[in-house]
Amino acid sequence: MTKLNVIDPQQWVDNHADYLYSYALSRLDDEEQARDLVQETFLAALERVDQFEGRSSERTWLTAILKNKVMDVFRRKSMAFETVVNHADDVDFFDAGNGHWKEEYQPRSFGIENYDHVVNKEFNIVLENCMKKLPALWLSVFTMRHIEELAADVICNHLKVTSSNFWVIIHRTKVNLRACLQKNW
Amino acid sequence: MNKLEKIAYNCRKATLLIEKQQFGRLTMGERVELKMHLAGCSVCRIFQQQSVTINKMIKDLYNQKSVRSTLDGQFKHLLQERINRKLSM
Repeated sequence: MTKLNVIDPQQWVDNHADYLYSYALSRLDDEEQARDLVQETFLAALERVDQFEGRSSERTWLTAILKNKVMDVFRRKSMAFETVVNHADDVDFFDAGNGHWKEEYQPRSFGIENYDHVVNKEFNIVLENCMKKLPALWLSVFTMRHIEELAADVICNHLKVTSSNFWVIIHRTKVNLRACLQKNW
Repeated sequence: MNKLEKIAYNCRKATLLIEKQQFGRLTMGERVELKMHLAGCSVCRIFQQQSVTINKMIKDLYNQKSVRSTLDGQFKHLLQERINRKLSM
C-alpha cells in the first residue's frame, strides 16, 4: 500500500488534467483529440497503478503515458506517407547537378537572425501556419526530435523510418520551413 | 574533383550537415567539410544562423503553448467521476 501514498487518482483531474491537456494540445493542435487523450491517459494509468514505482513524480509518470499516446497519433497520421521522396509539395531548393542553392531559393536575412526569446505573436502565427503546411510524417519526425528531444533511433522505430530517411526528413523539413518563413514574414 | 573540393561547392550537403550538427552528430571529417564550406559560402552561413534560431523559436512556441490551455470544468468534473467510479469497482 505504500505506493498509494504517492499516487492519488482522486486528485488527478484537479492536479494534472490541465497540464496534460496543454501538453497534448500543443503537440496535436486538435482540442477534441487532446481531450480524448487526456481521458485515455487517466484510464490507462488506472489500469496500471500497480506499475507506478514512485521513482518519478505522478505527473512525470502520467506525462510519459500521454507522450506514448501522442506518438501513436503521430504514427497513424504518418502512415499515409510511405515514402519520403517525391512528395507533391516538395520542391527542390538545390541544383540537381552541383548542389548549389537555386537562385530563387537562396536564404536571405529576414530579421530573425538575432532572436532573443522575446515572444512575437505575429511571427508565431506565421510559424504555426508554415508548420501546418508540412507533410504529416515530416512534422511528426520534426516535433518528436525538436520538442520531445527523442533520440533518432527511437523516432525511427516508432515511425518506421530508416535512419537515412530520418536525416533526409529533418533536412527537408528545415529547408522548407525556413523558406516558408522567409516568404511569409 | 576530390571529396573536400566537392563539399566546398555543395550547399545541399552542407545544409544537411548543419542539421546533423545541431544534434551533435558530426564526425571529425564532416566537421572539417562543413567548416570549409561555410568559410566560402555566405548563403549557407545565413542558413545556419536561421536554422539554429528556428529551432529555438519552435521550442519557445511549444513551451508557451503548453502553459496556457485549460479544459472546461464540466469535462473535468465528469472525468474525475469516471475515475472515481473505476476506483470503487
